[in-house]
Amino acid sequence: MIKMFLSLERKAFSRSASFKLNLAFKIIFGLIGAFYLVMVLALGVSVFYVLKEKNVEPLATINKYLVYWWVMDLISRYFLQKSPIMYVKPFLTMPIKKGKIVSFFLGKSALSFFNIYPAFFFLPFSIVMIVNGYPVMQVLSWHIAIMALVFADNYLNLLMDNMDRVFVAVLVILLSFAAMQYYGLLDITVYSTPVFQAFYNYPLPGFGMLAIPVFLYWYCFTYFKNNLRTDEAVQPKVKEAQTENFTWLEKFGTVGTFLKNDLKLILRNKRSKTTVLISFFFLFYGLLILTNKTYHNETWKLFAGLFISGGFLFTFGGFVPSWDSSYYPLMMSQNIRYKDYLTSKWWLIVIATLISMILASFYLFMGLHVYLAIIAAGIYNIGVNAHLVLLGGAFVKTPIDLTQGRKVLGDKKAFNIQTLVIALPKLVLPLVIFYIVYKYWNITAAYLSVALLGVLGLAFRNKMFRIIENIYKKEKYSTLAAYKQKN
Amino acid sequence: MISIENLKKIYNKVTVLNIPQLEIPTGQSFGLVGNNGAGKTTLFSLILDLIAPNSGSVTSNGIVVNEREDWKKFTGAFIDESFLIGYLTPEEYFYFIGELRGLDKTAVNEFVQQFTELFNGEILKKRKYIRDLSKGNQKKVGIVGALIGTPEVIILDEPFANLDPTTQYRLKDIIRQFAAEKNTTFLISSHDLIHTTEVCTRIVVLNKGEITKDIQTNTETLKELEAFFSKGILEEA
Repeated sequence: MIKMFLSLERKAFSRSASFKLNLAFKIIFGLIGAFYLVMVLALGVSVFYVLKEKNVEPLATINKYLVYWWVMDLISRYFLQKSPIMYVKPFLTMPIKKGKIVSFFLGKSALSFFNIYPAFFFLPFSIVMIVNGYPVMQVLSWHIAIMALVFADNYLNLLMDNMDRVFVAVLVILLSFAAMQYYGLLDITVYSTPVFQAFYNYPLPGFGMLAIPVFLYWYCFTYFKNNLRTDEAVQPKVKEAQTENFTWLEKFGTVGTFLKNDLKLILRNKRSKTTVLISFFFLFYGLLILTNKTYHNETWKLFAGLFISGGFLFTFGGFVPSWDSSYYPLMMSQNIRYKDYLTSKWWLIVIATLISMILASFYLFMGLHVYLAIIAAGIYNIGVNAHLVLLGGAFVKTPIDLTQGRKVLGDKKAFNIQTLVIALPKLVLPLVIFYIVYKYWNITAAYLSVALLGVLGLAFRNKMFRIIENIYKKEKYSTLAAYKQKN
Repeated sequence: MISIENLKKIYNKVTVLNIPQLEIPTGQSFGLVGNNGAGKTTLFSLILDLIAPNSGSVTSNGIVVNEREDWKKFTGAFIDESFLIGYLTPEEYFYFIGELRGLDKTAVNEFVQQFTELFNGEILKKRKYIRDLSKGNQKKVGIVGALIGTPEVIILDEPFANLDPTTQYRLKDIIRQFAAEKNTTFLISSHDLIHTTEVCTRIVVLNKGEITKDIQTNTETLKELEAFFSKGILEEA
């Protein structure tokens, strides 16, 4: 039985449309993963000696920061780790016990990269400790406790992904601790360090930690087993339709028709709503890096400006034709010219960028230069990046399931070589130009030169559109074929 | 008028469609029948330029479909649910298509009026998104969407499948009426021999990608088709 499931998994992986499209990327991704693992391994082997050299007790130091790692691990899992539960539908009517299906999928999730990489750090670290004379039993209990926490994260994430109340509870707890930490009300490490230390000092509770993942596994198991039907319990109830008319958009002709549709798309679908929400948070990116002394120079301001004004452009714009993937054949056979379709998407991105630039005016409090950087970057985003994003879109062949809200950032399939190559000039080109002009001339000229690039891009808009249009036409058939393949 | 020359589609070295020559004159109700995998949807997809031919061409009113886009102005189609926009209400979907074909809201409302019976009170003013409608109702929305603006050419893939019997009869009436009054060219594929013979003035049988029969519908057509499709099976019995 397990063997059959495994062979299905392998086939699903190797036969998906994006697999062939992105094989090169998969290889690169694999190399990056391998590189990462080697780095983690090296860290695991060496960190003991490095800390020893600095005259601190290695285990106590690790224990101090362990809580941060554990929380980061949970957060990155939430965004990146794929929930395996989605593909069970065809098995439901077959003569297979439900418990077997659930345990296979729960077991499969345990094999995730996220559960493997910690071992690359903690295993060598524990071995080094034993080699250096730490008592075996105590190290072992500490090690087991940490691994228990890793797997607890794994199943906690599964629950967060599928049960909104678990998600909200975890979110509230994490946010309140983060807030208390930030305002200096509470230092979580004061409480967490002794707990982690206790796993080492008292082997019994350390081994006892295993109960947590076992409990979470059992909880997941019963939850999924009880909800292993295709809808009702898992799917939300049908909501009554909103009807916005956006009649004011009608005076813009065909472009207005599309804009109207795009607004509805954004407002009525979970996936696009989440994306736009994330793009809103990009507005505050500047607060994160510009308040930091390390980034206190003009080039970093421009870098921040590109993200602040371009949040929507990068998050929503980057997936442009894919938003329409579920009805792409309709768009391709209706009385729509590619040019109108692209123009309307371009306007959507431009309007959103303009709004971001206006909303970003609060950066004036950080100085005029910061806001000027945002304006220059915004003009560049409109003039150059808006076109590049549309161009890159021609190669994004990942269908988007609009009703799925999660994993907005986790669509690894959406990256491929072409989009990466096109992504480079979006950030690197303006920064290089800015840096050179700033270095050899002055800051005003540097801002102007970036803005000028944007204006130039606008001036050649029609030419760029013709090029993009032709590429879309050339890619049309393969895009249609790829969108046809769900999952 | 749609004319097809030397049209070939090959997937993985298997020829799934091979039509040396086919002409569909304006105003004809053209029925396409054939077993699963005969190439019906492939042919429609080629006519709509959704897939690229390996050789040959489709010309619609003088426009080669994979060279220029102007055929889209006079063509309406409903192939499958990928022709529906799930997050719109049926009304909004009709307005959207109407606007693309130069009809304003009032004109669309007026046009949709004639389908009140077909909709059976389950489509309009229900405050439901298309994605929340049942499969059959979704199909009705898609078919009416293809008719909006009365395009000269209307392509429907399996329009009768998944519809309840009453709706099937109503749909047949609508198709006949459009063909008679508006001189619309219909391209309809179906597994249902009875419906197809009732609605279409000409029937072409596809078998493994090739045209094996091309009949002007007459009283004997249904028998002829039934004989063709049950060949072998009846002999065995």
